[in-house]
Parts: sequence; C-alpha cells; structure tokens
Amino acid sequence: MKKTIPLLITFVVGLALILAIFIPPEPFHTMNREFSVYFDIIAVFAFILGGGNLIRVHGNKISRKKKDYKYSFVTLLGFFVTLFVGLLKIGGPPGIQGEVMASGSWFLFIFNAILTPLTATMFALLAFYVASASFRAFRAKTTEATILLLAGFIILLGRTFFGYYITSWLPDSLSFLEIPNLANWIMAWPNTAGQRAIVIGISLGVAATSLRIILGIERSYLGSGE
Amino acid sequence: MNLSPLELTINGILTLMILSFLYKDNPFYKFAEHLFVGVSAAYWMVQGVWQTLMPNLIARIFPGAVSSFLPDAVGKSPDYYFLIPAAFGLLLLTRLLPKGNWLSRWALAFVVGYAAGTNFVRYLQSDFVAQIRSTMVPLVVLKDSGGLDLGQSFSHLVLIVGVLSGLVYFFFSKEHKGTTGRISRVGIWILMVTFGASFGYTVMARISLLLGRMQSLRDWVEHLIGLF
Repeated sequence: MKKTIPLLITFVVGLALILAIFIPPEPFHTMNREFSVYFDIIAVFAFILGGGNLIRVHGNKISRKKKDYKYSFVTLLGFFVTLFVGLLKIGGPPGIQGEVMASGSWFLFIFNAILTPLTATMFALLAFYVASASFRAFRAKTTEATILLLAGFIILLGRTFFGYYITSWLPDSLSFLEIPNLANWIMAWPNTAGQRAIVIGISLGVAATSLRIILGIERSYLGSGE
Repeated sequence: MNLSPLELTINGILTLMILSFLYKDNPFYKFAEHLFVGVSAAYWMVQGVWQTLMPNLIARIFPGAVSSFLPDAVGKSPDYYFLIPAAFGLLLLTRLLPKGNWLSRWALAFVVGYAAGTNFVRYLQSDFVAQIRSTMVPLVVLKDSGGLDLGQSFSHLVLIVGVLSGLVYFFFSKEHKGTTGRISRVGIWILMVTFGASFGYTVMARISLLLGRMQSLRDWVEHLIGLF
C-alpha cells in the first residue's frame, strides 16, 4: 500500500507519456496535454507545502527560542504580509478582478522594492566570491588549469572594450587573433564541443534513470521508511 | 524601470544590507536574508495560485464560483477530471501531518512518473539524437570560390574531435590508458575550455548584476541629494 501504489502510479504515468509519443491518437494525446497541467497544479501544491514547512520551521525556532530566533519573526512577517497582499490583490485597480502584478498593486511594490533588490544583490555578491575563489584556484600549475584560465580570461576580455582595444592594431589578415573574435570562436567551437559531450552524457544518464524509475528499479524517491 | 521614491529607498537600504556581508556576517545582513526567504516563498506561492491554481484548477472544477474575477471561467461547465490533480495536491500536503504523511508519496509518484516519462523522450530527442546530428559536419569545407576554407574546416575538426574525445573521457568502462588515455586527455582539455568559458560568462553575469545594483544605489543617492 505504502510503496506498491506509488510504484504503480509512477509506472502508469511514465509509460502513458512514452506511449503518447508513439501512439498519437486519443486518448494518449489528451493524456499527454492534461498530465502537463496536472503536473503544474501539483507543483503549486508543492509551493504551498514549502510555505507550510517554512511556517513550521520558523515557528519551532521561535517557540524554542533557538539561536537567532528573532530573525524568524522577520521571515514570517515578510511571508504573511506578501501572502495576504498577493492573494487578496490589495491596492491594484480593480482589486480582486485585476492582475496580481497590476500597476499600483502592493504586490508589485513588494516585488520592486524588496524581492528584486534582494535577489539581484544576493547573486551580485557572488561576483566577489567567484573572483576571490578563482584567484586561489586558477594558479596555472597544470596544463588543464592553464587551459581553463586562458579560456576564462579570453572570454572575459572578449566581452569588454579593453579586449577589443588591446588587439585592435592587428592587421586584417590576423583579425582572427583579435580577442573578441577569439572569444567568439572559443564559444562557437571548442565550448560547443565540450558542452555537447556533456549534454550527450547527461541525456543517456537521464534516459537510463527514467527507465529505472518507470520500471520501479530506482525507488530512492519513495524514501527509506516503510 | 521607474521606481517611486519609497521603492527606491527600500531598494537602496536592502541592497546595502546585503552588501554589508562583504565585511562580515552581521545583523543587517541576517535581517535582509530572512526577509528574502519569507518574501520569496510567499511570492512564488501567490504567483502559483493566481497563474496556475485559479485558472487551471478552481476555474475548471468550480467555474461558477470564480467567474466574477476569472473571465476564462465564464460560461464553462465543470470538468471533474481535475479533481485528480486536486486530490494529488492535497495528498502532497499530508507531508506536514505527523501521521499519514506516507500518503504524500502518491503525489510524489505522479510527479516523478511524469518527469521520467517526458524526460525519457525529450532528452533522447533533443539532447542525444539532435546533438549527434549537429556534430555530423563536413571536415573539408569549400569556399564559394572553390578553394579550401581553412578556418571553417579547422573549426569543424575541433568540434568533431572535441565531442568524440569528450565522450571518451566520460566512458569509464575502459581504463584510460594508452590510446584511450591520450584521447581522454584531449577530452579533458576541451572540457577545461568549456568550463573556462562557462566561468567567464558566470563572472560577467554576476558583474553585470552588481553594476545594476550600483546604478540603483546611484539613483537612490541622487534622489536623496535632490531632497536637500
């Protein structure tokens, strides 16, 4: 019951979607389309589950007065205010009948004033850490490290005016050595070759894993309990 | 994007709070970090509810109840097949319960089965067959005038040798010694170029985001100066 039914569901759904490719007529075509909507709907419930879990984790932290529990109030306040404002479409004309991101809505305000700067700055922060990490890691001690360093350096320079400036004196016959052209060539050929080798490997891995899941050989997603 | 003075001010303060982490972990950063977690979780929940749950589930099961604010639901008859994903969705929420949370496996099984079924075909079509097909390029490329296009021929050679040697590197059923070892070493070099290029692009993207934040801070400072 606890494992057999989930395995059966996975088998039926997975097999139906594969069959839908080979048997286009109904009901497989509709099944393929509807399952995609079903998937999106369940994904929203996963967001709701995430929200519920967030409340539980931070609620526990507050009730047990764990380390830094005061910040959990900030998390919960941000969560509930955004949820309330968004679900009721507060502020935006014409209220509940309008778009959730309508101009003038409080939800859009939260998006512009809070979410956008926080997301962008979090990722921008990584620029400093990537730079400092690469300074330590990219010591050209081996051939491989040197190649990686050179490729990264050419790509970085090739996308800036400085890269164009330092090699702009080259004659037309040697224009392929100009750093922007070199960067374009690296992106178009060796980079594509490497990406392709990786992608082919991944696709074989995904196909094999998918088959293992559909056939019930791979069951780790069901957890270890009974 | 034109921001109001209040948006600009909150935007600037939060940006500085996050950037303060460059000095060390501090209460300002922790405040912004925790706010980010709460707001983003609710943001995606709200988007999911209004963009997916309302039009694709509620409007299909109870079109009459939501027709006042969902134009798509007007005049539609209920489609009770959509009770299936609703049931699976509710089963997923049982994970929050102390007992009976094993029921969430049923919903998870649907999600995993869907992903396995679609990915099996999609990856084989677009990432396996299509990539191999795109690698089958002529090694000898001629110019329109009839002569050998040395640059293009060399590029094609790099592509074919790169893909094949990269694949040999990922082939672990044979020990990487002798000829296999030499080919796989070329594969490593090609992969290093790929990682270097990816690294370059990642750094560029992050710096571009940082510049965006700096511009936003500049706008805020200009606004503050304008006040006095």
